[in-house]
Amino acid sequence: MELRPGSRWKGVGGAEFVVVRPPKQVKSLQSGGHPVQPAADAANSGMEPEASLSDVLAVGKRYSDDVSGLELLVSKAGKGTLTVDGRVMALKETKALPASD
Amino acid sequence: MQISLLLEMAADAFPDRLAVIGEEGSFSLAEMSARVRAAAVLFAEQPADTVVYLGLNGASFPTALFASAVAGKPFAPLNYRLPDVDLRKLLARTSPSVAVVDDDMLSRVENVEGVTFIGRTAFEAACGDAARREKAMSDRESDIAVLLFTSGTTGEPKAAVLRHHHLSSYVISTVDFMGADEEEGALVSVPPYHIAAISAIMTNIYGGRRIVYLPIFTPEAWVDAAVKQRITHAMVVPTMLGRILDVLDSRGIGLPHLRALSYGGGRMPQPVIERAMALMPHVDFVNAYGLTETSSTISVLGPDDHRIAMTSQDPAVRRRLGSVGRPLPILEIEIRDPEGNVLPRGEAGEVYVRGEQIAGEYLHKKVIQDDGWFATNDAGWIDEDGFLFVEGRLDDVIVRGGENISPGEIEDVLRSHADVADVAVFGLPDDQWGERVACVVVPRSKDVTAELLSAWVKTHLRSTKVPETWEFRDELPYNDLGKLLRRVLKAELSAGQGLQAA
Repeated sequence: MELRPGSRWKGVGGAEFVVVRPPKQVKSLQSGGHPVQPAADAANSGMEPEASLSDVLAVGKRYSDDVSGLELLVSKAGKGTLTVDGRVMALKETKALPASD
Repeated sequence: MQISLLLEMAADAFPDRLAVIGEEGSFSLAEMSARVRAAAVLFAEQPADTVVYLGLNGASFPTALFASAVAGKPFAPLNYRLPDVDLRKLLARTSPSVAVVDDDMLSRVENVEGVTFIGRTAFEAACGDAARREKAMSDRESDIAVLLFTSGTTGEPKAAVLRHHHLSSYVISTVDFMGADEEEGALVSVPPYHIAAISAIMTNIYGGRRIVYLPIFTPEAWVDAAVKQRITHAMVVPTMLGRILDVLDSRGIGLPHLRALSYGGGRMPQPVIERAMALMPHVDFVNAYGLTETSSTISVLGPDDHRIAMTSQDPAVRRRLGSVGRPLPILEIEIRDPEGNVLPRGEAGEVYVRGEQIAGEYLHKKVIQDDGWFATNDAGWIDEDGFLFVEGRLDDVIVRGGENISPGEIEDVLRSHADVADVAVFGLPDDQWGERVACVVVPRSKDVTAELLSAWVKTHLRSTKVPETWEFRDELPYNDLGKLLRRVLKAELSAGQGLQAA
């Protein structure tokens, strides 16, 4: 699937994501065990995240996958662990700067 | 990622949080988001490829920035201090464009072909327009977020290009989303056409800290606003800080609410930062170094670095107060010689930087290297512990008989003399040495002489660093962002020879 930088996606648990770093190659990006949909035309599927994949995703958190290089930013909170080709994406720590602007 | 998403995320998560206070009023994040929607519809209606902003600071400014992003048009804030003829030339270069202009500046620029003008009052009315707010509009994608025109002291101004991904990458990797508490407020007084004003909008909105705008900087207005609005954070350029301290001194007050003060945009004289730290020991000071082409900050001297340096007996640690700290962990910085070879720690050369936020690009001209490295044109070196010392523009470094001499170091020494109010050091062409050290001093007392000051420099620095040409004046030329215009002095003194020699 094509995950362009800046493209926006939605998971079954209501969470939304934006691609901040594109992957080299990815077959499937899922949230809560179901494929993500483009945010603009995501219909309510009536599906729920699978119980074992229902982590809470908070707005502003970044998730990355070392193998593919994919990095996502959560733009809307929701439930549904993020997985790339079956691999659980890791939470990326922000090294916040002292306010400088 | 479009920068408009930064505001959208913030407004979704904390709609009621106060976001912007300007002369136009006080606006929550949800209200800012509604204003931006209406303004984006307005911009999309215009036959324009670019949105220009020509005006003082206020709520219109961040509204226009985000609305431009939603409408998919680059945002170009212009310097209202430019002469009318230069302003009109720049406006013509943005054509076809729509320009939001302060009402009292409209008469300076009207009738430029291809430019649609909207006065600030009309713009504010459009931001509140119910029909436009309700019109459904999805973000139009675009690459370029901001065009910033360089000051153009060396020819035609160049338009620095900042793309959405440069700016958003800087924000999401250096700011905790909504990490600020509700008390926090940032006082913004740098003018809209400065990169620091652009980054202040994005980092404070994303961080959840309300922005309080000073339409235009005066030290009195700054202190008044800081007290009245219980300001916790602020960014100033070095010349602003000295003048703010004078006002605080003369009023005999402190700023108890202030938690953090960052500074950048030029060399901070060591006596000024020491005075500020002594006057406000409760404040966290941050020195941020960056360029327009790097999406703002690339290196930071943090609060602890300041305190450690200030109290250290070790001269190597103590002098870090004059450094710009350590590079952001998301970047790489190297020092290189003129042939491009990487220099070891402690050796001075040109500062190079690489990272996702580095734009390094002007309109129609890319200056970043294929491997991502950007040459800053700043001279500097890195100490044993990784602290970066920036000595100024490469062109300002004096090369005397093969020795590289930093003007800033000599200026610091001279400024620490009680009879020196201000000083500029620069190189002049010299038949024997290639260049010689020259300086222009603004004296505090009539008794001060070149002999006296030469002796003063000699007790602090190597003799090769003692200026050989001296001139005394009532004031020095600065641009409106407080940057000393050494070039101007250099040109004047090169032209008129036969000066007083020490």
